[in-house]
Amino acid sequence: MDPKTYKFDTLSLHAGYMPSKNAGSRQVPIYQTTSYMFDDVDHAAALFNLERGGHIYSRISNPTVQVLEERVAALEGGTAALATASGMSAIFLTIMTLCNAGDHVVVSSQLYGGTVNLFRLTLPKFGINATFVKPRDTEGFKNAIQENTKCIYGELVGNPGNELMNLPEISKMAHDAGIPVVIDSTYQTPYLFKPLENGADFVVHSLTKWMAGHGSSMAGILVEGGKFDFLKTDKFPTMTEPYEGYHGLSFAEEFGPVAFTMKARAEGMRDMGPCLSPQNAWNVLQGIETLSVRMEKHCSNALKMVEYLSNHESVAWVSHASLKDNPDYELAKKLLPKGTGSMIAFGIKGGKEAGAAFIDNVKLASHLANVGDTRTLVIHPASATHSQMDEATLKLANMSHDMIRLSVGIEDIEDIINDFEDGFRAAKKPKLVANK
Amino acid sequence: MKFKVNNKEVFASTGGRPFDEKKPLIVFIHGSGLSHITWVLQTRYFAFHGYSVLAIDLPGHGYSEGPAIESIEEQGKWIADVIDSVKIKEASLVGHSQGCLIALECASQFPDKIKSIGLMGGAGAIPMNPELLDLAEKGDPKAVDLMMDWAHGPAGHFGGHPVPGLHHINLGGSIVINGSVKNALGVDFRACDNYKNGFEAAKKIKCPAINILGDRDRMCPIEEGKKLADNIENSEVAIIENCGHMILLEEAGQSLELLKKFIRKNHPAE
Repeated sequence: MDPKTYKFDTLSLHAGYMPSKNAGSRQVPIYQTTSYMFDDVDHAAALFNLERGGHIYSRISNPTVQVLEERVAALEGGTAALATASGMSAIFLTIMTLCNAGDHVVVSSQLYGGTVNLFRLTLPKFGINATFVKPRDTEGFKNAIQENTKCIYGELVGNPGNELMNLPEISKMAHDAGIPVVIDSTYQTPYLFKPLENGADFVVHSLTKWMAGHGSSMAGILVEGGKFDFLKTDKFPTMTEPYEGYHGLSFAEEFGPVAFTMKARAEGMRDMGPCLSPQNAWNVLQGIETLSVRMEKHCSNALKMVEYLSNHESVAWVSHASLKDNPDYELAKKLLPKGTGSMIAFGIKGGKEAGAAFIDNVKLASHLANVGDTRTLVIHPASATHSQMDEATLKLANMSHDMIRLSVGIEDIEDIINDFEDGFRAAKKPKLVANK
Repeated sequence: MKFKVNNKEVFASTGGRPFDEKKPLIVFIHGSGLSHITWVLQTRYFAFHGYSVLAIDLPGHGYSEGPAIESIEEQGKWIADVIDSVKIKEASLVGHSQGCLIALECASQFPDKIKSIGLMGGAGAIPMNPELLDLAEKGDPKAVDLMMDWAHGPAGHFGGHPVPGLHHINLGGSIVINGSVKNALGVDFRACDNYKNGFEAAKKIKCPAINILGDRDRMCPIEEGKKLADNIENSEVAIIENCGHMILLEEAGQSLELLKKFIRKNHPAE
């Protein structure tokens, strides 16, 4: 006897939506509206006071966006989700809901450059400070926890160096200290990895990447795991004590496994307002419909590129956890059995100049600041996505100036390899290219 | 709020308002393995509209001290003890699933204390599937997955939670998993399976009752719900379309409207 609840691919297509409640429309309608009619004054008051569910204003929630939220919650195994205008706004919203001025977070040192800057430069302006720890330094995360630490934050596979965090071990340490773990799972998508099943308490995504998959729309999301009990610690008074904004509501008492999402929406979306447009939500939903199919091809192409790059005379090193000599190989086999993803970092012989020549001479691969497009993308992080980091922070992130970040697309692999051959050929003569 | 019942600590949500013994009391009783969280889309409304609300965590559930009580008859008596412990003479009861059986027992054993009973997914008996019962008693989380599958109608399986962003099945499952599958859900399922007094209890109930049923309920089918209502002298039945057993969440708005009308008529607040 087994439950007949829907499985991953079915949920990717159907979760969060019922045509019978939407005039029979098979496709999810785009609710292009700012606001929603109240039945009467009592109904309006009840909605505003969280006495009943429903939509008030599209900054707080929207029916199209809601479908996306439920779909991602279903795929991640979360109790609730809250979509935002971008991945960065999902991260900011999460930290601002967890932390107050004077609080501290322990953060992996290998993160998207924008996230590093958020923790290094912006959050300190609000009195929230971070300690950075190298992703492979599992004990280091524990040692960095302070009395005022409110969470551990990281990317399972760090951007751009591809080093893994031992999430199950780090989560145990965090929970022993009474704090939750937040994981940015953009690189994996729930197809490859479910952080909530491996110890994380909250997941954030830039849906802009593989989830949407087509490089068309910005979107982010926060997903709640429902297991972190704020009432079992006194570290989070804003979750547990009466909140003046809702007539003395204790989010943790009233909403339990969805308390964090309820607070992030009721307070964070109300006050900060990083709402997702229904059109972009719809675009992301289109992408999610084919998530499994695309991820399979992304991963199989990535493995072929890893093999190609590893054997190339112009390549100094390759970082991808599928490689047997990679320090994360065993951990990746355990945590990522369906594939280690389509992000590859590699060093080009000839350093920064050769890297620039390579990037300027590939034609099929797009040189841009994004990952997870269906198309192959390349960038030189030290001069682009991570250029605002100083030398010390670059070193902590284990980033070198010869590093190229490759997001493998789903084109024919022969075409990607032929394109790279052109790039490598040009990289051997960087000065000639630089003078063209 | 936390208070003592029979010298043991009990947690109950008061719906976001301080408990006020001068206001009419509604006690909300959750279903098997669940907690007060399931009632959040009903309790806050009543708490802000003239009532005192106690959405209790049964012993051994949520934040209430254990162990779980092993029989429906004893659970019914315990609800009366809750009402006594907050020094209120009479209350309305609202139950879901197993909570309906408990409400029936309480109302039949203590008719003077109970003003009205609102049932959601109520049946006179809840015999358990033997395999499901066995899994729950062994503490196997598969019991929770099966329960969530059967308990939810189309909205639970596809989506469309009344509160934007919430996921029916994962939320329901996490409430049970965050408790104890063996010591809460297992004990509850056994108590339901053992309970044979539902129809006899129903015949003794004189206060008004409403049984709100989902037409897609596979755990307490509407025929069973109607049969129960037929045994209560002063009862009515309301059926919600395309709704499974988790009526209080799947169709929170409709069930709240029905409950508002029923309680305001039979147990009015000033």
